[in-house]
Amino acid sequence: MERYGYRVMLFAGALALGGCVTINIYFPAAAAERAADRIIDEVWQLKKGENPPKPDGPAGAPGERK
Amino acid sequence: MSKAALWRIVLMVAVTTWAGAAIAQANLEINTPAIASLKSSMQNRHAQLAPLYGNGAVGFTRDGNVALRDANAVPLAQRQQVNALIAGENQDRAALYREIARANGQPGWENDIRATFAQRWIERAQPGWYYQSAGGSWVRK
Repeated sequence: MERYGYRVMLFAGALALGGCVTINIYFPAAAAERAADRIIDEVWQLKKGENPPKPDGPAGAPGERK
Repeated sequence: MSKAALWRIVLMVAVTTWAGAAIAQANLEINTPAIASLKSSMQNRHAQLAPLYGNGAVGFTRDGNVALRDANAVPLAQRQQVNALIAGENQDRAALYREIARANGQPGWENDIRATFAQRWIERAQPGWYYQSAGGSWVRK
Protein backbone atom coordinates (compact mmCIF):
# COMPACT_ATOMS: atom_id res chain seq x y z
CA MET A 1 0.00 0.00 0.00
CA GLU A 2 2.86 2.31 0.95
CA ARG A 3 4.63 1.78 -2.37
CA TYR A 4 1.44 2.14 -4.33
CA GLY A 5 0.69 5.55 -2.74
CA TYR A 6 4.17 6.76 -3.53
CA ARG A 7 3.75 5.85 -7.18
CA VAL A 8 0.42 7.63 -7.42
CA MET A 9 1.88 10.75 -5.85
CA LEU A 10 4.76 10.63 -8.30
CA PHE A 11 2.29 10.37 -11.17
CA ALA A 12 0.30 13.34 -9.87
CA GLY A 13 3.49 15.37 -9.54
CA ALA A 14 4.55 14.52 -13.08
CA LEU A 15 1.11 15.51 -14.35
CA ALA A 16 1.28 18.88 -12.59
CA LEU A 17 4.77 19.51 -13.92
CA GLY A 18 3.70 18.52 -17.42
CA GLY A 19 0.88 21.03 -17.18
CA CYS A 20 3.31 23.85 -16.46
CA VAL A 21 5.43 22.90 -19.45
CA THR A 22 2.30 22.77 -21.59
CA ILE A 23 1.38 26.33 -20.68
CA ASN A 24 4.81 27.62 -21.58
CA ILE A 25 5.64 25.77 -24.74
CA TYR A 26 2.56 24.99 -26.77
CA PHE A 27 1.09 27.63 -29.03
CA PRO A 28 -2.46 28.45 -27.90
CA ALA A 29 -4.09 27.89 -31.28
CA ALA A 30 -7.68 28.53 -30.18
CA ALA A 31 -6.77 31.76 -28.40
CA ALA A 32 -4.79 32.89 -31.43
CA GLU A 33 -7.80 32.26 -33.68
CA ARG A 34 -10.02 34.34 -31.43
CA ALA A 35 -7.42 37.12 -31.34
CA ALA A 36 -7.13 37.00 -35.12
CA ASP A 37 -10.91 37.20 -35.51
CA ARG A 38 -11.13 40.18 -33.17
CA ILE A 39 -8.47 42.01 -35.14
CA ILE A 40 -10.01 41.08 -38.50
CA ASP A 41 -13.39 42.32 -37.27
CA GLU A 42 -11.83 45.69 -36.53
CA VAL A 43 -9.67 46.00 -39.62
CA TRP A 44 -12.55 45.03 -41.91
CA GLN A 45 -15.10 46.71 -39.64
CA LEU A 46 -17.36 43.69 -39.75
CA LYS A 47 -19.08 44.31 -36.44
CA LYS A 48 -19.90 47.97 -37.00
CA GLY A 49 -21.85 49.20 -39.99
CA GLU A 50 -22.76 45.76 -41.32
CA ASN A 51 -26.25 46.08 -39.86
CA PRO A 52 -27.17 49.64 -40.74
CA PRO A 53 -29.93 50.96 -38.50
CA LYS A 54 -33.29 51.03 -40.19
CA PRO A 55 -35.14 54.10 -38.90
CA ASP A 56 -38.50 52.92 -40.21
CA GLY A 57 -38.13 49.35 -39.09
CA PRO A 58 -39.38 46.33 -41.02
CA ALA A 59 -43.07 46.85 -41.73
CA GLY A 60 -44.51 43.41 -41.10
CA ALA A 61 -42.00 42.08 -38.59
CA PRO A 62 -43.76 40.03 -35.92
CA GLY A 63 -43.18 41.00 -32.33
CA GLU A 64 -42.02 44.47 -33.26
CA ARG A 65 -42.05 46.77 -30.27
CA LYS A 66 -43.96 50.03 -30.62
CA MET B 1 -4.72 6.41 2.72
CA SER B 2 -7.23 4.48 0.65
CA LYS B 3 -6.88 3.83 -3.05
CA ALA B 4 -9.94 5.96 -3.79
CA ALA B 5 -8.58 8.92 -1.83
CA LEU B 6 -5.32 8.78 -3.73
CA TRP B 7 -7.06 8.75 -7.07
CA ARG B 8 -9.19 11.67 -5.94
CA ILE B 9 -5.98 13.63 -5.34
CA VAL B 10 -4.69 12.68 -8.77
CA LEU B 11 -7.95 13.78 -10.35
CA MET B 12 -7.88 17.07 -8.45
CA VAL B 13 -4.33 17.80 -9.57
CA ALA B 14 -5.22 16.96 -13.15
CA VAL B 15 -8.30 19.17 -13.19
CA THR B 16 -6.47 22.08 -11.56
CA THR B 17 -3.61 21.73 -14.00
CA TRP B 18 -5.83 21.67 -17.05
CA ALA B 19 -7.98 24.50 -15.73
CA GLY B 20 -4.80 26.53 -15.25
CA ALA B 21 -3.75 25.79 -18.79
CA ALA B 22 -7.18 26.78 -20.06
CA ILE B 23 -7.04 30.11 -18.22
CA ALA B 24 -3.55 30.77 -19.52
CA GLN B 25 -4.84 30.17 -23.05
CA ALA B 26 -8.07 32.08 -22.58
CA ASN B 27 -6.92 35.10 -24.50
CA LEU B 28 -3.89 36.50 -26.20
CA GLU B 29 -2.82 40.01 -25.34
CA ILE B 30 -3.69 42.25 -28.28
CA ASN B 31 -4.31 45.54 -26.51
CA THR B 32 -1.01 47.33 -26.90
CA PRO B 33 -0.38 50.74 -28.45
CA ALA B 34 1.70 49.17 -31.23
CA ILE B 35 -1.06 46.72 -32.18
CA ALA B 36 -3.72 49.45 -31.98
CA SER B 37 -1.79 51.68 -34.35
CA LEU B 38 -1.23 48.83 -36.82
CA LYS B 39 -4.93 48.00 -36.71
CA SER B 40 -5.95 51.54 -37.47
CA SER B 41 -3.42 51.80 -40.29
CA MET B 42 -4.77 48.58 -41.81
CA GLN B 43 -8.33 49.69 -41.27
CA ASN B 44 -7.71 52.87 -43.26
CA ARG B 45 -6.00 50.96 -46.03
CA HIS B 46 -8.83 48.47 -46.23
CA ALA B 47 -11.11 51.06 -47.80
CA GLN B 48 -8.76 51.12 -50.78
CA LEU B 49 -8.00 47.40 -50.78
CA ALA B 50 -11.61 46.15 -50.59
CA PRO B 51 -12.47 47.00 -54.23
CA LEU B 52 -9.23 45.30 -55.31
CA TYR B 53 -10.20 42.14 -53.43
CA GLY B 54 -13.61 42.41 -55.06
CA ASN B 55 -12.39 42.57 -58.65
CA GLY B 56 -9.72 39.90 -58.14
CA ALA B 57 -6.75 42.19 -58.59
CA VAL B 58 -5.48 41.35 -55.13
CA GLY B 59 -5.81 38.07 -53.27
CA PHE B 60 -4.87 36.51 -49.95
CA THR B 61 -1.77 34.36 -49.88
CA ARG B 62 -1.45 31.19 -47.85
CA ASP B 63 1.30 32.81 -45.76
CA GLY B 64 -0.86 35.57 -44.32
CA ASN B 65 -0.06 38.31 -46.83
CA VAL B 66 -1.81 39.88 -49.77
CA ALA B 67 -0.47 39.75 -53.33
CA LEU B 68 -1.21 41.08 -56.80
CA ARG B 69 -3.20 38.31 -58.46
CA ASP B 70 -4.39 39.88 -61.69
CA ALA B 71 -2.52 42.96 -62.85
CA ASN B 72 -4.93 43.31 -65.79
CA ALA B 73 -7.71 44.15 -63.36
CA VAL B 74 -5.87 47.35 -62.50
CA PRO B 75 -5.62 50.24 -64.97
CA LEU B 76 -2.03 50.89 -65.93
CA ALA B 77 -2.06 54.30 -64.32
CA GLN B 78 -2.99 52.84 -60.95
CA ARG B 79 -0.65 49.89 -60.84
CA GLN B 80 2.09 51.66 -58.97
CA GLN B 81 -0.39 52.82 -56.36
CA VAL B 82 -1.77 49.29 -55.98
CA ASN B 83 1.72 47.86 -55.58
CA ALA B 84 2.39 50.42 -52.87
CA LEU B 85 -0.86 49.46 -51.13
CA ILE B 86 0.12 45.79 -51.20
CA ALA B 87 3.62 46.51 -49.90
CA GLY B 88 2.25 48.70 -47.12
CA GLU B 89 -0.33 46.11 -46.12
CA ASN B 90 2.23 43.31 -45.99
CA GLN B 91 4.55 45.46 -43.93
CA ASP B 92 1.78 46.15 -41.42
CA ARG B 93 0.78 42.51 -41.35
CA ALA B 94 4.34 41.36 -40.65
CA ALA B 95 4.60 43.94 -37.87
CA LEU B 96 1.22 42.88 -36.49
CA TYR B 97 2.19 39.20 -36.27
CA ARG B 98 5.50 40.14 -34.66
CA GLU B 99 3.88 42.53 -32.18
CA ILE B 100 1.26 40.01 -31.06
CA ALA B 101 3.98 37.44 -30.40
CA ARG B 102 6.02 40.01 -28.53
CA ALA B 103 3.06 41.34 -26.53
CA ASN B 104 2.55 37.81 -25.22
CA GLY B 105 6.17 37.36 -24.29
CA GLN B 106 6.69 34.69 -26.96
CA PRO B 107 8.57 36.13 -29.96
CA GLY B 108 8.91 32.55 -31.21
CA TRP B 109 5.16 32.40 -31.85
CA GLU B 110 5.39 34.86 -34.74
CA ASN B 111 5.15 32.19 -37.44
CA ASP B 112 2.34 30.36 -35.66
CA ILE B 113 0.43 33.62 -35.41
CA ARG B 114 1.06 34.32 -39.08
CA ALA B 115 -0.25 30.86 -39.98
CA THR B 116 -3.33 31.39 -37.82
CA PHE B 117 -4.04 34.75 -39.43
CA ALA B 118 -3.48 33.31 -42.91
CA GLN B 119 -6.31 30.86 -42.26
CA ARG B 120 -8.59 33.42 -40.64
CA TRP B 121 -8.19 36.11 -43.33
CA ILE B 122 -9.20 33.51 -45.93
CA GLU B 123 -11.97 32.06 -43.79
CA ARG B 124 -13.45 35.50 -43.18
CA ALA B 125 -13.01 36.77 -46.74
CA GLN B 126 -16.15 37.70 -48.63
CA PRO B 127 -17.54 35.50 -51.41
CA GLY B 128 -15.89 36.47 -54.68
CA TRP B 129 -12.55 37.31 -53.13
CA TYR B 130 -9.52 35.29 -54.11
CA TYR B 131 -7.15 33.29 -51.95
CA GLN B 132 -4.20 31.03 -52.51
CA SER B 133 -4.81 27.34 -51.90
CA ALA B 134 -2.32 25.09 -50.12
CA GLY B 135 -0.99 24.13 -53.55
CA GLY B 136 -0.39 27.77 -54.46
CA SER B 137 -3.12 28.24 -57.05
CA TRP B 138 -5.67 31.06 -56.80
CA VAL B 139 -9.17 30.12 -55.77
CA ARG B 140 -12.27 32.30 -55.94
CA LYS B 141 -14.31 32.10 -52.77
